[in-house]
Amino acid sequence: MSVEADVKTLIIDEQEVSARAGQTILQVARENDIYIPTLCHLDGLSDVGACRLCLIEIKGGNKLVPACVATVQEGMEVSTDTERLRKHRRTILELLFAERNHICSVCVSNGHCELQTLAQEQGVTHVRFPYRNPNLPVDASHERFTADHNRCILCTRCVRVCAEIEGAHVWDVMGRGINSMIITDLHEDWGASSCTRCGKCVQVCPTGALFDKSKIGSDHPKYPDFLPYLNLMREAQ
Amino acid sequence: MTIEELEQIAASVQRENAAFDYEVNVCMDLACVSQGADKLKEALVKSAEASGKKVLVRRTGCMGPCSHGPLVRVDPDEALYHKVHAGHARAIVASLGGPPVAELQCDLNEHFESQVRVVLENAGYIDPVKIDDYIARDGYKALLTVLTEMTPSGVIHRVTESGLRGRGGGGYPTGLKWSTVAKAAGDMKYVVCNGDEGDPGAFMDRSVMEGDPHRVIEGMAIAAYAVGASKGFIYVRAEYPVAVSRLTTALREARRRGLLGNNVCNTPFNFDVEIRLGAGAFVCGEETALIASIEGKRGTPKPRPPYPAMSGLWGKPTLINNVETYANIAPIVRNGGRWFFNMGSERSKGTKVFALTGKIANTGLVEVPMGIKLREIIERIGGGVPAGHTFKAVQTGGPSGGCIPAEMLDIGVSYDALLKVGSIMGSGGMIVMDDTSCMVNVARFFVEFCMTESCGKCIPCRAGTAQMFTLLTRICDGTGTMDDLELLEDLCSTVKEASLCGLGQTAPNPVLSTLKYFRNEYIEHIVHKRCPAGVCTIQVPSEVTA
Repeated sequence: MSVEADVKTLIIDEQEVSARAGQTILQVARENDIYIPTLCHLDGLSDVGACRLCLIEIKGGNKLVPACVATVQEGMEVSTDTERLRKHRRTILELLFAERNHICSVCVSNGHCELQTLAQEQGVTHVRFPYRNPNLPVDASHERFTADHNRCILCTRCVRVCAEIEGAHVWDVMGRGINSMIITDLHEDWGASSCTRCGKCVQVCPTGALFDKSKIGSDHPKYPDFLPYLNLMREAQ
Repeated sequence: MTIEELEQIAASVQRENAAFDYEVNVCMDLACVSQGADKLKEALVKSAEASGKKVLVRRTGCMGPCSHGPLVRVDPDEALYHKVHAGHARAIVASLGGPPVAELQCDLNEHFESQVRVVLENAGYIDPVKIDDYIARDGYKALLTVLTEMTPSGVIHRVTESGLRGRGGGGYPTGLKWSTVAKAAGDMKYVVCNGDEGDPGAFMDRSVMEGDPHRVIEGMAIAAYAVGASKGFIYVRAEYPVAVSRLTTALREARRRGLLGNNVCNTPFNFDVEIRLGAGAFVCGEETALIASIEGKRGTPKPRPPYPAMSGLWGKPTLINNVETYANIAPIVRNGGRWFFNMGSERSKGTKVFALTGKIANTGLVEVPMGIKLREIIERIGGGVPAGHTFKAVQTGGPSGGCIPAEMLDIGVSYDALLKVGSIMGSGGMIVMDDTSCMVNVARFFVEFCMTESCGKCIPCRAGTAQMFTLLTRICDGTGTMDDLELLEDLCSTVKEASLCGLGQTAPNPVLSTLKYFRNEYIEHIVHKRCPAGVCTIQVPSEVTA
């Protein structure tokens, strides 16, 4: 690191913190144990600012800003937990629950699901929106893993980990809007795709959409923490 | 190419035209062609030949009042004929030199009187595929002046001075955008023309690209010189095949004349333009999605900053302006920034092209000075709603805009005034509605549009617009409740504030503005189970029928 590292000071939730120029608000908040909910963000992957759960308020601006991509500025005052933000976060989570068929009790990720955890944290007690109950496929063609589109929240972590870390780019998004779907290759069955069977997508999937077949009926915690370490080791080489 | 050579071309075109005694201009824009303007033109050419008179039959771009098409204007008499078909050709040719054909004449003085034509100054006067026609009307003069007499900062200063604001909808000051790109570091910069016009009922940019393509190219070349770019892209939606072919021809002609390419007009300035086709995604009109699409990626928006001015196409500083913005550049350079600044209202300068559609007598394209009252556009220029009906609202800004009720018709059209009443200027679509339109249904239509055009990247827009559509459908069906209405309003605020890009952030506008001005219609549907306009089919609850 350069000796003249450009250091910024700012205020997050009335706490004075320091940061290197170019750091995101989310990084600085986490370093200082200030909690900002996230879903599409994952340490070790690029950020897309898609889930909108990490939206924060910056004093002097009316627009809400995603903390995962917004970089720190000298003297900025950030609020991460206002009533306005909590309302939007709850609504976004409700929208996700109503969008597809998220039935925790029969989900392989029950108890280890980031969506479930967030809903509990943010106080989502019920869903006000009509459930859409879409008819979605389950792709069990792969010998080791299954993709259950009913539980997918389109965070695109699998797409990014496959393209950025594994370098295979098997996953991508197909379709538009409410009809978007993650697919393997050009919408081939996962089992028939160019998948390298590394399993990284399963480990980074926040819900039970991608899971290991051998874990059905048992606890299926996921371990995405390998990513920053893997990146570090690769950089060191 | 030098100014003198341009003038020689212009003079030779004028000489050629002077050889004819009469000019018969036929509007060959899509609306007129779909009603037989192409056959009409053939018939006119044949009749002219048969008559032995010296008649120039010219194809032109959109003349404006599409509902009166096919349109023909005979010069030098400036007689305007409407609803002309091939069978009238002989009568028109026969009338040349004598009194005009009375049965075809239309009185559109009121329609044209309050219009000021800057962007559309050539519409109806030039053949879009002939570069010489454009040159004869001062075309490329501005580019040559810029290249030979002005510094890049001088050009930017002139654009800034004009007060021009982006015509794509946002209204960002064009001069400021140009100077940001000019100041951005980097040897390689791009200029992009956003021709992905997708608002329902909007066709301003199509008309400009089809009717006067060189004007857009000239504007882009001037912009490229000003910001230091050497490469341009025109992003046009593939649903505009005529625009694509006219632009392709125009680019070829411009290269042939040395107005594009290396050492443009023997100066050190290099610039060329490529056309990129959009594959039918509305969201690709959003600048970061447009950039992704040009790069060959999935057209989804990215969070800003970084803005394209700093990091755009392939990470290079990129200037993105709308078709109409570029179309304003050449006249601003020719006539000076002050000339433009003196038109319009306090904070919105110049003119704006609107596409008038819906329940109005004169549908079509109009260009008016900013600040003109909405009432004047609708009642005078547009000729009002059809007889027997009453005006209810005008929708501006497409799916991102709102509905403006009758009592607000006296506001002046400007970026700020429209924003204040809950709508936006947008790219210039103006849909007029009368008492036969149900405002809940209108809101549902626009929300459905946003739902299907959402890219699906961020949750509030992807799932939020879908839920808004479900709730609005319930209300339209008569199965909605007051709780649904409350939920809808709550959802609108999240979609508006939390969405990633402009599409989602503005998707609730049609709902919010109709709720603001026509709340009683929502209540009628929910409480009294009736649609006041008689549009929605209210489902009778099963308990009642049983």
